[in-house]
Amino acid sequence: MELSELWFVLIAVVFIGFFFLEGFDFGVGMSSRFLARNQTERTILVNTIGPFWDANEVWLLTGGGAIFAAFPNWYATMFSGYYLPLFVVLICLIGRGVSFEFRRKVDSTRWTNVWDWVIFGSSLLPPFLLGVLFTSMLRGMPIQEDMNMSAGFSDFINLYSLWGGLTVTLLCFLHGLHFLALKTDGDLRTRAAALAKKIHLAILGSLVVFVGLSWTMTDIFQVRLVPELIIVLFIVLAYGAGFYAISTKREGWAFTMSGLGLALTVSAIFAGLFPRVMISSINKAYDLTVYNASSGGYSLKVMTIVAFTILPFVLGYTIWSYYIFRRRVTNKEHLTY
Amino acid sequence: MDPVILARFQFAATTIFHFFFVPLSIGLVLMVAVMETFYVVKKDELYKKMAKFWGHLFLINFAVGVVTGIIQEFQFGMNWSDYSRFVGDVFGAPLAIEALLAFFMESTFIGIWIFGWERLSKKLHLACIWLVSLGTALSAVWILTANSFMQVPVGFSIKNGRAEMNDFLALITNGQLLVEFPHVITGAICTGAFFVAGISAYHLLRKKHLAFYRKSMKMAMIFGLIGSIGVALSGHSQAQYLVKTQPMKMAAAEGIWEDTADPAPWSGVALIDSENHKNTFELNIPYALSFLSYSKFEGSLKGMETLQKEYQAKYDSIVGEGTNYIPPVKTTYWSFRLMIGFGVLMILLPIIGLLQLRKGRLDKSTLLLKFFLAGIAFPFLANTFGWMMTEVGRQPWTVFGLMTTADAVSPNVPAGMILFSTIMYLAVFTILFGVMVYLIVREVKKGPEQLSGHGTHLTTDPFKVGA
Repeated sequence: MELSELWFVLIAVVFIGFFFLEGFDFGVGMSSRFLARNQTERTILVNTIGPFWDANEVWLLTGGGAIFAAFPNWYATMFSGYYLPLFVVLICLIGRGVSFEFRRKVDSTRWTNVWDWVIFGSSLLPPFLLGVLFTSMLRGMPIQEDMNMSAGFSDFINLYSLWGGLTVTLLCFLHGLHFLALKTDGDLRTRAAALAKKIHLAILGSLVVFVGLSWTMTDIFQVRLVPELIIVLFIVLAYGAGFYAISTKREGWAFTMSGLGLALTVSAIFAGLFPRVMISSINKAYDLTVYNASSGGYSLKVMTIVAFTILPFVLGYTIWSYYIFRRRVTNKEHLTY
Repeated sequence: MDPVILARFQFAATTIFHFFFVPLSIGLVLMVAVMETFYVVKKDELYKKMAKFWGHLFLINFAVGVVTGIIQEFQFGMNWSDYSRFVGDVFGAPLAIEALLAFFMESTFIGIWIFGWERLSKKLHLACIWLVSLGTALSAVWILTANSFMQVPVGFSIKNGRAEMNDFLALITNGQLLVEFPHVITGAICTGAFFVAGISAYHLLRKKHLAFYRKSMKMAMIFGLIGSIGVALSGHSQAQYLVKTQPMKMAAAEGIWEDTADPAPWSGVALIDSENHKNTFELNIPYALSFLSYSKFEGSLKGMETLQKEYQAKYDSIVGEGTNYIPPVKTTYWSFRLMIGFGVLMILLPIIGLLQLRKGRLDKSTLLLKFFLAGIAFPFLANTFGWMMTEVGRQPWTVFGLMTTADAVSPNVPAGMILFSTIMYLAVFTILFGVMVYLIVREVKKGPEQLSGHGTHLTTDPFKVGA
């Protein structure tokens, strides 16, 4: 395996980490309106992700940084090409980050309410937009010979990309509900599980349509028929198992399964792309691939050594932080956010 | 409008705004870590109260610093895609390492620190804040590694039509980094120290919580003095390095058009006529520039006219005939002077303050305390002017000697889009800044006794429970 291929896999792994982790805190943010009924419940919800959301977001920054370092051309084409959606994602992440910190700094219901709406909106939009981004990438974007992309409205927004955005949003929402079933207690826990069951059905429908659309509107099943079918099969199995687990109050397993579902979905997207990183809808010859978009061998070697040295520590203390805050969150204890 | 101007304006505005919070975070978290260390070692509850109160203000600031920083990482690709293509092989690595090594550490341990007061042992909790502090410092190392490459590019060769890394060790031992990092980090220590000192002075003026704020004030003045002397010393070595590596920036910062006499005088005030390449008025301090540049009272500096000719001979083949290599002189000149001016005030204030403290007269020195309150702004201004000098003075280059700013911008992003996003960022930043100042002033007025500010319908004080 060439180093550039390895880095494609590593970047996929970082995005799997991002959707597995930030996926549930996006879902918790969505639940602040779809599940919580009052401000007290919203406070509990926000506090379940309190110690984690910031570190979860770093996975996205690491993904961006890794693309920059390992595939400068991919980074340049994608970030300048997807200017507007990324701008909106940035505004959301800004609003989201400060809202957690600000929401109860002033003792006023209205104050808290304003920041809670920001949390809701900024937890709903980014997964949708990132879903749109990744699926439209899969369908192909107007990338010219000079690697620059000048896309029009219908390149970004079309049936396939909207459906992709919707599906990713639902997957994150479900993952968040499972997290809440695992991390809250009493009424909230019961309602989170009940809502999760309904969302499971919506996801089933959404995934069927999405696979159908992918079959007709992208070439991923032509490029990688057998691997993609196997991944789809495992996605279905994961959500089936998740449904069973949440129905039988095995919340840890339910959470694991919805995380696995997200991880497999990201894998399906990256497997469909490979060896391309950006597909040109104008001409196959203009595709950006892991070979023509990557950094030189020396740079990749340095980055590989650095990544494999640091990543075990990151994973170690991340797991430790989840272990420290493993207890369920209720309003019987003090809530920081 | 010209996309280059707009993209530059966006970069300047978002970076200056971001760097308002960054040095305060770095400096404040270090002080909080020291306070908590005193608490754990001396078992004095006052130090715990200090760690919590200042930690509380740190967190409000940290949140804004983190979110405004995300823009920076995305912006290179969004507005400067040709730059990213050309130097990504070298420049991307420090950014990726920053995320992997520093951001994860900061954000994970700050989460544990905020939520872990009751769940961890004292020592483990203390270790968390030190790891956050280490994380902020490491973050500075890597982002300054990236910036240093733009000032003094090293560790690369031009291959496949772009800059490719060929020596990672050279990149992280860049001479520019070795002078830039100490300067930035001591500047950050000053920022935290003057923030704590100013707020403490405010309370001492009002005769509130005297024991608490006296202790905070003393500690802040010591940090402030160490920081400001460090800033001056590292600034001196940075100036010497600048003369060697980017003489044009130094000449612009001094308003030197023709080569100086030997020994060279330092320009205190000059009225610069950048159109006609001359100064209409000058007030000079003899010998001082030679000392600043070479640490001895002899030696001359080249003027911008000479350097323009030298640069033309050297770089015109890369960037085109007749390029103007002279940066905006007035901005460079005055930001350099303002930085130094505030830096001098930052040395004087803590010296006078500590002397007054020794005589036991600090509480009664009303005027001095008022100066300290105003002094909160000094490091912020010095930091900002320092970066303006560094970045504006490097123009027309984005990477010195390799790529001009005009060549770096995204060719496929319309000017209207950059204008729109800039306006939106500024709007959001204005709101954030207003809210943050409002919250900090509120918390400061409340003082250390009623920390919370959180809602009362669930619990009262996030730090009080079980404490």
